Amino acid sequence: MPVLVIAEHDNNTLKVSTHPVISAASQLDADIHVLIAGSNAAAAAEEAGKVSGVVKVLHADDAIYAQGLAENLGALIVQIAKDYTHILAPASFFGKNIMPRVAALLDVQQISDITAIESSDTFVRPIYAGNAFATIQSTDSPKVLTVRPTSFDAAAAEGGSASIDQIDSAAETGLASFVGQELTKSERPELAIADIVISGGRGFGSAENFNKLMEPLADRLGAAIGASRAAVDAGYVPNDYQVGQTGKIVAPKLYIAIGISGAIQHLAGMKDSKVIVAINKDEEAPIFSIADYGLVGDLFEIIPELEKALAS
Amino acid sequence: MKILVPVKRVIDAYVTVRVKADESGVETSNVKMSMNPFCEIAIEEAVRLKEAGNAEEIIAVSAGSMQCQETLRTALAMGADRAILIQTEESDLQPLAIAKLLKAITDKENPGLVLMGKQAIDGDHNQTGQMLAALLNWAQGTFASKLDLESDSITVTREIDGGLETLKLKMPAVITTDLRLNEPRYASLPNIMKAKKKPLDVTTPEELGVDITPRYKTIKVSEPPKRQAGTMVESVQDLIEKLHNEAKVI
Ligand SMILES: Cc1cc2nc3c(=O)[nH]c(=O)nc-3n(C[C@H](O)[C@H](O)[C@H](O)COP(=O)(O)OP(=O)(O)OC[C@H]3O[C@@H](n4cnc5c(N)ncnc54)[C@H](O)[C@@H]3O)c2cc1C
Ligand SMILES: Nc1ncnc2c1ncn2[C@@H]1O[C@H](COP(=O)(O)O)[C@@H](O)[C@H]1O
Repeated sequence: MPVLVIAEHDNNTLKVSTHPVISAASQLDADIHVLIAGSNAAAAAEEAGKVSGVVKVLHADDAIYAQGLAENLGALIVQIAKDYTHILAPASFFGKNIMPRVAALLDVQQISDITAIESSDTFVRPIYAGNAFATIQSTDSPKVLTVRPTSFDAAAAEGGSASIDQIDSAAETGLASFVGQELTKSERPELAIADIVISGGRGFGSAENFNKLMEPLADRLGAAIGASRAAVDAGYVPNDYQVGQTGKIVAPKLYIAIGISGAIQHLAGMKDSKVIVAINKDEEAPIFSIADYGLVGDLFEIIPELEKALAS
Repeated sequence: MKILVPVKRVIDAYVTVRVKADESGVETSNVKMSMNPFCEIAIEEAVRLKEAGNAEEIIAVSAGSMQCQETLRTALAMGADRAILIQTEESDLQPLAIAKLLKAITDKENPGLVLMGKQAIDGDHNQTGQMLAALLNWAQGTFASKLDLESDSITVTREIDGGLETLKLKMPAVITTDLRLNEPRYASLPNIMKAKKKPLDVTTPEELGVDITPRYKTIKVSEPPKRQAGTMVESVQDLIEKLHNEAKVI
């Protein structure tokens, strides 16, 4: 039996969280089908069909799927679930919202946020903010999994030539309706896949300082900007900048933490980065214990200096 | 309207969690336990809704060992009116089982809202609320950072990958809290005293007719790979030189 990947997309293109899930699915040694449920999302369906390893795309085109409401999307996935041994989605806010609903309707226990696949029923996942890793064996069928995107290489965008099947919608549940959204606009690379991430914390003191110092540095490095919870709570940056246990998980080639103390909840979101740099005025800050390079000093002096040095 | 608030007892957020040497789990003896922070936010929101005249009664519920009574007393001290302990010695209560237990309580109590945490910081599952909504065939408003209650619907602002989203949900509904919904109050001493006299009922999975058999087996719990602390650099020049020549990342 094949496995099913629930694609995350914006009705136009696939989100980058989808490709690592397809690559995780390929470890299960079965045909991979991808569900594109959306409204006028033919372009996304076509894109999914080209991803390496995908043999079939199921395309449900209906206005009720335009915003990925869990109630409607959940009903659709349940309708097609019986044909699959595994159903996988990214452990992004999108997948976290929908998949437990699907699992409960199928009377199975979801396995969240897997970081490795040991066999078709055995998976590894972080618990306690990544302070421990549990290896667990599921007895359920089908297996409903959310996959941590940073733990798997992205499947290649080209190489597949899947068929695209149109499938029927499930009945509209009428439980929820979309009112609006406020998306953060940025010209910078996406936080989840950027090669370089610079993150700021409470040490900046104000939104004005944060933007004034971080933006030129990010531009100089071609980096995405992240933040600690304290920086988000204080309103320096929008919520979707938060890196950590309950925010986004990132694993860039270079992560620079500036004015961030290094609480375990923050480390949970970035400690798989390849190289970590910490800049903090407190030499005792816990962040230094996991940093490859630490620089003690005042960020208000160091950032402009860093930016100037990088320019030359 | 009644509001049901499921709360979980977990290892305190600021304790350094240690894996047991035999890899059977994490060390829990002599470790500080607290209410899961997201559940505190849920209780706080329920209390605010009641204070604003939008709810008559707040019922806190927890599934687990006798010690969960402490967590329920905290909920009562924060402003819940009564509490229910679903007592079980099953040490591996998984989200689907908890959602089924909560459904049984919901069927009995008929709340207009279930307000709960988005995630328990021990298992980091982030599932129970969505599962409960599914089992009840109710709408779900997950990762909520703002609520607006109307007569037969609730408008929820949710934290999503790219920013914020607003949904209108039919009531009754399940709401799960994100960090920015509110800042929970501390229970005052008089309220802690008063909480001791508030009703706390005890039931069991058997009484509720719910099968809580685990659906997965934990084979082992291991330490994460340790990161070595690196080197301290003396200057910006030094840092750039290292990133360029040694780490080769810029
Ligand atoms: C349930 C729960 C979930 C959480 N989830 C997350 C999460 O997902 N992500 C997250 O980040 N946090 C999370 N937290 C919060 C976490 O515990 C910390 O409170 C938070 O990470 C602290 O942010 P910070 O490092 O910016 O602030 P602080 O801890 O206040 O640290 C500020 C740092 O800036 C330094 N500094 C100050 N001024 C300067 C200067 N001029 N130059 C250089 N350095 C300076 C200080 O020395 C200090 O180290 C969570 C907490 C809980 C309870
Ligand atoms: N044992 C429990 N008793 C009561 N509520 C629980 C329990 N476990 C989880 N919950 C609720 O479900 C939320 C999410 O937990 P989880 O799905 O485990 O991350 C928590 O914040 C609680 O509101």
